[in-house]
Amino acid sequence: MSADSTLLAGRESSAPADGTIDLQALLRESDVQSVLDQLDRELIGLAPVKRRLREIAAFLLVSRARKQFGLEVSPPSLHMCFSGNPGTGKTTVATRMADILHRLGYVRKGHLVSVTRDDLVGQYIGHTAPKTKEILKRAMGGVLFIDEAYYLYRPENERDYGQEAIEILLQAMENHRDDLVVILAGYKDRMETFFRANAGMASRIAHHIEFPDYSEDELMQIAQLMLAQMNYRLDASGEQAMREYIGRRVRRPNFANARSIRNALDRARLRQANRLFASPQAVDQAALSTLTAADLHASRVFQELDAVSQGETT
Amino acid sequence: MRLTQGAFSFLPDLTDEEIRAQVDYGLEHGWAWAIEYTDDPHPRNTYWEMWGTPMFELRDGAGVLYALNECRKACGNGYIRVCAFDSTRGVESIRMSFIVHRPDNEPGFSLDRQEGEGRNVRYRLHGYAADRSPDERYRADP
Repeated sequence: MSADSTLLAGRESSAPADGTIDLQALLRESDVQSVLDQLDRELIGLAPVKRRLREIAAFLLVSRARKQFGLEVSPPSLHMCFSGNPGTGKTTVATRMADILHRLGYVRKGHLVSVTRDDLVGQYIGHTAPKTKEILKRAMGGVLFIDEAYYLYRPENERDYGQEAIEILLQAMENHRDDLVVILAGYKDRMETFFRANAGMASRIAHHIEFPDYSEDELMQIAQLMLAQMNYRLDASGEQAMREYIGRRVRRPNFANARSIRNALDRARLRQANRLFASPQAVDQAALSTLTAADLHASRVFQELDAVSQGETT
Repeated sequence: MRLTQGAFSFLPDLTDEEIRAQVDYGLEHGWAWAIEYTDDPHPRNTYWEMWGTPMFELRDGAGVLYALNECRKACGNGYIRVCAFDSTRGVESIRMSFIVHRPDNEPGFSLDRQEGEGRNVRYRLHGYAADRSPDERYRADP
């Protein structure tokens, strides 16, 4: 690693002649602005998350500028924790994060390795370490995304192998800071319990990013974006029905934000196909790509207003 | 006597940075790297011990270096090489292999002659290190 840092220093220690650095030029050079713009376009809402991503991007650019003056000694720690309710876009943002960090030159390859407890923790003594290390090796040069990270720690079983995986992760997070960025994700309250029980993990994660729930308007925009990507659209009555559907779905149990919307749309497409199939006339392109109120109103959300105990059903 | 097997063996030892660059080169070609070690580098000893399983699906050389440093810690008193396996149809073999770690003290080999029937001479290549117990093979002479 010492050879690495001297090599980098040799390349980047060329402090500019006039003693100033144009940060905007650095930004243009890194091409990170286009990722951030794409993020703005394709991700509805999530204002605090986007703000935080901009901050991190700015921080990395400044740290790169500092490096050119020889001010920066060690690379900043960028391990992160994404906490939020289901369907709030944690995985999507993690993928973008890998791209952003790659363009800023913080990670070398910019790929995302997404794992859960099963991939890290073994089933018998001596199985966990090789498994975790293999995942770490695959993730090096990119981002390791651990979904539902709190499952790694099972306090009810003191001989659980999850603890071993956590220890190996911690070591890699400390010693391979320039090879690997670890992002933990999960529901907020359970992540907090996890961090309380694993102080070492909490202290090595510099950035805690919270993903807020979407408002009803944002969910509507998300629905329209999803439909546009699938080449569908809602007619006027369908739009009205969708708003109404969202208003009711939000208050039902097991509401999973964007994921619920996606599921609802998938079911509406199913009903639309059924409806078109049942109708005697020939269909044109407009009919094939239009969802109407009837497709949405068939949902059980509209039929059983008192079914509070119902989960994610039709 | 310096052991010369595999690529780069007539060059000075590669630094970690150079090893990583070579590994990255292999990864760009889609080869899978494996780490092997031995305490008996006889030229005919083709199969060295494997350090873990071959590493598939890697994207960056840092992963190989991470495993290599662990291997150095455990088997630093011997030889370690990395091999790149090319799974392309028709190749399906080791494409590149080089020594990445060697002991401080390399005793080398002896050439023994044995007289056979009818003044026939048989030759035997024999590592000096193999005469000693595995713990002491590459320890510097007192």
